[in-house]
Amino acid sequence: MEIDLSVKNCVKSFGSFLAVDDVTFDVPQGSFFSILGPSGCGKTTLLRMVAGFEEPTSGTIMIRGRDMRGVLPNRRPANLVFQHLALFPMMTVAENIAFGLRRRKVAAPERKRRTEDILERVGLPGYGGKRVDQLSGGQKQRVAIARCLVLEPLVLLLDEPLGALDLKLREQMKVELKKLQAKVGTTFVYITHDQSEALVMSDVVAVMNKGRFEQMGSPQDLYHAPETPFVARFVGENNVWAGRVEKVGEVVAIKTDEGFVFSAKSQSPLTVGDRADLFLRPEAMRIEPREPAGLNTFSVSVRAILFDGAASRLLTATDSGHELMVALPQNRRFDHIAPGQTITVGWHPESGVCFPAVNPAAAADAGGARP
Amino acid sequence: MKTSRLSLWIFLSPVLMWLVLLIVLPHLDLFIMSFRAKDEYGRMGFSLQNYVHFFEEPIYWLTFVRTAVYSVITTFFTFLLAMPVAFYIVKVVRPKYKGFLMVLLLLPFWVSELVRVYGWMILLRESGVVNFFLLKLGIVDAPLKMLYTDATMIMGLVYTSMLFMVVPVISVLESLDDSLIEAASDLGGSKISIWREIILPHCKPGITSGAIVVFMLSLGNYLTPNLMGGKNSLWFTEQIYNQFIASFNWNQGAAFGFLLLLLSSGIIWAGLKLSRVKLGEVAS
Repeated sequence: MEIDLSVKNCVKSFGSFLAVDDVTFDVPQGSFFSILGPSGCGKTTLLRMVAGFEEPTSGTIMIRGRDMRGVLPNRRPANLVFQHLALFPMMTVAENIAFGLRRRKVAAPERKRRTEDILERVGLPGYGGKRVDQLSGGQKQRVAIARCLVLEPLVLLLDEPLGALDLKLREQMKVELKKLQAKVGTTFVYITHDQSEALVMSDVVAVMNKGRFEQMGSPQDLYHAPETPFVARFVGENNVWAGRVEKVGEVVAIKTDEGFVFSAKSQSPLTVGDRADLFLRPEAMRIEPREPAGLNTFSVSVRAILFDGAASRLLTATDSGHELMVALPQNRRFDHIAPGQTITVGWHPESGVCFPAVNPAAAADAGGARP
Repeated sequence: MKTSRLSLWIFLSPVLMWLVLLIVLPHLDLFIMSFRAKDEYGRMGFSLQNYVHFFEEPIYWLTFVRTAVYSVITTFFTFLLAMPVAFYIVKVVRPKYKGFLMVLLLLPFWVSELVRVYGWMILLRESGVVNFFLLKLGIVDAPLKMLYTDATMIMGLVYTSMLFMVVPVISVLESLDDSLIEAASDLGGSKISIWREIILPHCKPGITSGAIVVFMLSLGNYLTPNLMGGKNSLWFTEQIYNQFIASFNWNQGAAFGFLLLLLSSGIIWAGLKLSRVKLGEVAS
C-alpha cells in the first residue's frame, strides 16, 4: 500500500519548549488517521507543520514520497480544514469552493462543473449562490471540507472541525465524515481532543501527550490494550486503584491500598513490591456474576444510579469509600437495584490492566482522567 | 411611552442644538448670502452672479479642479502607505509592541499642524537639513528646490492625514481572523491574491471611512497647501480665504464655500458608488 504521509523524527521547539517531540508515523493511502490528545499536547502544531504553516525544527515530513521541507503551504498537496472553518465571508459558497481552482487557473466552465460536482457530493446541491452566513453550522462544515476536496489533495488535514458544533449535530457529522471519507477515498488526518470522534471515525488513532505519541493503533487496540497509563486514562472511562504488586507472572496479583487482592494482566514489566495502578473499564465489571469462579469479586454499595440510556452506570463505593463506576446494562435484569443496596461485582483478570505507578502530579496532568 | 419619548428628546437636544446652531444656521445664512450680490446701482439683491463669476474666471475653477484631483491623489497615497503600516501593527508585530507602535503613530499629532509643517520646511528648504547633507556628501552641486512644489505639498498632506487612515484600517484588520489568511494560502493563494481577495475586501469599510476623512481633511486643509505648496500651488480654501478676508467679498466667499461642499459630497458619493459600500456600513 502506498504511504501518503510520512513523518519521521519530527521535532518542533519554541524556545526551550518542546511542542512536538520526536514523532514518527506513516499514513497509508485512503485511510482515516486521527491524532487524539488533550489541548496543548502539540497536535495542532504537528498538523500545522504538515500543512506548511510551521517548519519542523528537525525531522522530515514527506507527502507521497516528496520531502516537504521549504515547500510553502500553497504549494503542498495537502489542504487544511480549520478549526473555525475560515470560510471567506466576503464570498458566496461557490466562490469559496472555486477559490483554490481559480488560483490554479482552472478555466471557468470547468471550475463551475467541479464546484457543482463537489457540492453535490457533500450533499449541498444548489447551495452555490448562498452567502456563507446563510448556512447552518453543519452546512458550513461541509462547505469547508468541499472547498478543500475540490482541489483533490493527497492528504486532507482536519483541525477539530466538529468542535464548534452542538452535540446532536456533532454525532451526526461524525458518521457523515466517515461516510464521506469512504466515498472520496482521500487520506484524512484528523486531530481532536474528543476520544469519541477519534474512535468512531478512524482506522488508526495516535494518542498524543506532551508532544509525544503515547500509542498508535486501531481504536479497538487503544481501548482494550492501552500501553501506557495515560492512554488508559484518556481513552474511554476507567476506574483506577492504587496498590502494590504481590506476585508477577502470566497474571500479576496486586493488593490495592484498601486491601483487595486482584489478579490482572500487566502491560509493562513489574516486580514484586512495586507500586502499581490498576485500570478497569466500567463495563468490565459484571453485576452479581452467575459464575464467580476465576473472577475477581468484591462487594460495593450503590450510591446512585446514573441513567443515560445505553450508557447507564452505577456510582458505587467500596467499604473504604473508593468510588467506582459500574456499567449498568439496560436489559431489565438489574431493575431491582436501588441506591443504598450492597451488590457483588466481579471481573475477569483479562479485563484489568496494571501499570507501574506514576506520581500523582503526572497522573493529574493526564487530563481526561475520570477515576 | 410618553416618558420614553421625553427622555429621547432630552438626550437628543444637545446634539440637535449643536447641529442647528453651529451647522445648519450658519450654512443657511451663507447659502442666502451666496445668492446675493450688488447690482449696477450698488443695491443688494438676489443674483446668480457669484456662481457665474466662478465659472467665468478660469483661476477659480482651475484651482477647484486642482484641489479635487490632488485631494484624491493624497487619499490614494495615504491608503497605499497606511495599509502596510496597519497590517504590520496588527498582524506581524508581537502584541506587546502593538500599543507602543500606536503611540509612536500618535506622537506627531500632539504637536500642532503648524509646527509639524514648519518642521518639514526646516528639513526641505534650500538651506535646510536635507540639502546640507546632500551638498556635504557631494551628491549634488547646488541645493535642490524641494519646497513649494506640488509633490512636496502632497507629501505634507499625506503626512498630516496618515493617522486618520491607519486607525480605521487597524480596527477592521483586528477583526480579520488570521485563519482566513492561512486558509487562502493553504488553498493555493499567492500573496497578491490574498491581499486582493481576502484582506482588502475585508478592510473595505475601514478603508472607506479612512478615505472619506482623509479626503475631507485634504480638501479643507488650508495650512499645509499654503505653506508647503508655495505661490503656484493654489488650493481652493485659499480662494475662499481671499474672498472673505482679503477682498472682503463675503457673498463670493459663501458661494465658493458652497461649491466646495458640493464637490466633497459629490466625490464621496462617487467613491461610495465605486467601492459599493453603503454609508451606514462605513460608520460601523
